[in-house]
Amino acid sequence: MDIIVFRIAAFFYMVSAVLYVYFLFRSRPGISRQAYLFLLLAFVIHTAAFLIRGVLAGHFPVTDIFESLSIFSWMLVGGYLLLEWRYNVPILGSFVSPLNCLVLLAASLEIRSIRPLSPVLKSGWLYIHVVSSFLGEAAFALAFVVSTVYLLQEGRIRKKQLGGLFLRLPDLNQLDELNYRLLTMGFPLLSLGIITGALWAQYAWGSYWSWDPKETWSLITWLIYAAILHGRMTVGWRGRRAAVLSVIGFGAVMFTFLGVNLLLPGLHSYSSM
Amino acid sequence: MDILVVGLSHKTSPVELREKLAFSEEEVGKAYSSLIDYQTVREALILSTCNRVEVYSWANAKGKECIISWLEKERSVPKDALLPYLYAYEGEEAVRHIFRVASSLDSMVLGEPQIVGQVKDSFEIAMNLDATGIILNQLMKKAVSVSKKVRTETGIGGSAVSVSYAAVELAKKIFGALEKRKAMLVGAGEMAELAAMHLVSHGISGFLVANRTFSRAQEMAESLGGEAIPMEKLSSELTGVDIVITSTGAQEYIITKEMVQRAIKGRKMRPIFFIDIAVPRNVDPAAERVENVYIYDIDDLEQVVQENRKRREKEADRAEVIVEEEVGRFMGWLRSQEVVPVIVSLRSWCQDIRKHELEKTLARLKPSEKEIEALEALTSSIVNKILHPPLSYIKDAASRGEGEKTARMIKDIFALEDRDEDKDRNARK
Repeated sequence: MDIIVFRIAAFFYMVSAVLYVYFLFRSRPGISRQAYLFLLLAFVIHTAAFLIRGVLAGHFPVTDIFESLSIFSWMLVGGYLLLEWRYNVPILGSFVSPLNCLVLLAASLEIRSIRPLSPVLKSGWLYIHVVSSFLGEAAFALAFVVSTVYLLQEGRIRKKQLGGLFLRLPDLNQLDELNYRLLTMGFPLLSLGIITGALWAQYAWGSYWSWDPKETWSLITWLIYAAILHGRMTVGWRGRRAAVLSVIGFGAVMFTFLGVNLLLPGLHSYSSM
Repeated sequence: MDILVVGLSHKTSPVELREKLAFSEEEVGKAYSSLIDYQTVREALILSTCNRVEVYSWANAKGKECIISWLEKERSVPKDALLPYLYAYEGEEAVRHIFRVASSLDSMVLGEPQIVGQVKDSFEIAMNLDATGIILNQLMKKAVSVSKKVRTETGIGGSAVSVSYAAVELAKKIFGALEKRKAMLVGAGEMAELAAMHLVSHGISGFLVANRTFSRAQEMAESLGGEAIPMEKLSSELTGVDIVITSTGAQEYIITKEMVQRAIKGRKMRPIFFIDIAVPRNVDPAAERVENVYIYDIDDLEQVVQENRKRREKEADRAEVIVEEEVGRFMGWLRSQEVVPVIVSLRSWCQDIRKHELEKTLARLKPSEKEIEALEALTSSIVNKILHPPLSYIKDAASRGEGEKTARMIKDIFALEDRDEDKDRNARK
């Protein structure tokens, strides 16, 4: 039941992505409006799918890789919807929407039906740990998109190619500010995720930190973002440097999220089974 | 009667002649009374800008001649001096012409935005003086809306086609809103000053002006609402400004890579945008390698302008398609207007008969309220049913372009008197 609803949501996400990509090449304001509405519709359906799965399972559904990817996609889109509503930068949708489709594709390769919850995951910390980690990662994903657009636009200005896309992409200042703002939102969330994770680990495994690959990579990710924010506040790592680092940071996020689950076995790996 | 435009523009005539023919606002007001005679010229509108002087009219076959000799008299320019430069378009071509003019497809700078405002203003003046009527009102309203459509659906007004404006556009793509930004002007030069003015009008918050002669710097600082600084302080002040316009006659670089590096460090890597209009260049191009520094020299800007021009030309092709569509639509409306009078008189003739006959009958029968109502409905429905086929025939003929001929035929068949002309005149008053 929940999977059918999820597929319907995925379908509307695709429709929205197609419209957004079309908007990138043909700037007609009407198209971005439609794309936004489809995205909103898909998001609402996705929320419903999530609630249904939660009710059927009897617990917060973030216990396998399908559920994780699904909630990540949900937060990514939710974050973008807020961003669009607040800053009115529809062109970013042309990048977020396809990225979201990739996440959905990965999720649908891993679709699983509901399974009973393993006892170790029955903890209040789990929810805080997972929700704050994913929220942080969604913020970093948006920062990644914003930074990619920054690098695209900066490249145009640097190469003095002021045609088509240059006219449609936002100004550098706005992109840089957005990047910074998203990083300052993502960082505390990631920190909270790591701390609650440690608390949960103490409860579940009997030790706060056991250098399992996921923990190690989370720490690396945390250090990268800490460095970006520190650099910005002290010596002014802004503009291109901030954008490049934000892209690298997101690479680390993705590796922590997926790479570790798929490549490196460890304590967290029950979520990939 | 047909839509007619007689005039000349930057494409056909020298500026001296346009100057002689140009109408000031007051002159336009007075001109209409001698231009419109309600016989040959029934409606008129004068569009006078520095690039064109045109008289639009709703006139009969003698209109062109009449308007030319009116121009000759009004502006005291001999006909022979006028004729080689004049153009005249009628009907569809005239409609196309005004649509193209309003959409800035006929402008000196393709896509420039002023012309539609000038069209609107001229229209307003003419309308207030009752110089325009049903036809030209519709034509001008349509011209303005076509222009709007062209502007929103194509990129014809999209990007800057002058160097100074291109520089401002770039600054906005780097900094976003310019309100909290500071700029510096080094040296003087027409183009640099123009770019500075543009920046000021886009809300830049402060201007520093440096010049070899300090008094000149003070002068310019005053006109820009900025502050003059001595040339020696240029390097230290660089830290505080976001945009730098240079145009000195110096033979070597006055802003070196080291200076830029120091400035960027001092401002915590906030970007600086150099607009180097000087030849030879004032800013060392190697400074471009410093992070978050953007340098555009005059050649870069010229090239941007060139490309923007090309882009506008491409967009103009799309605009022409829109214009063509709208011309077709307007001609449809215009043709239907040809038969409006005959439709009106046919209808009212039938209604008159119906009312007259009904009254006679009612006087004899003395029916109840209900019966009167029934008789009203009956007679109306008979008249409408009979009128339906001829009216659709007339409308069809009008859309085929045979409106005038058909109108005459209908008038002959039904012996309709020539009251449409009077009606038209009454409608005006």
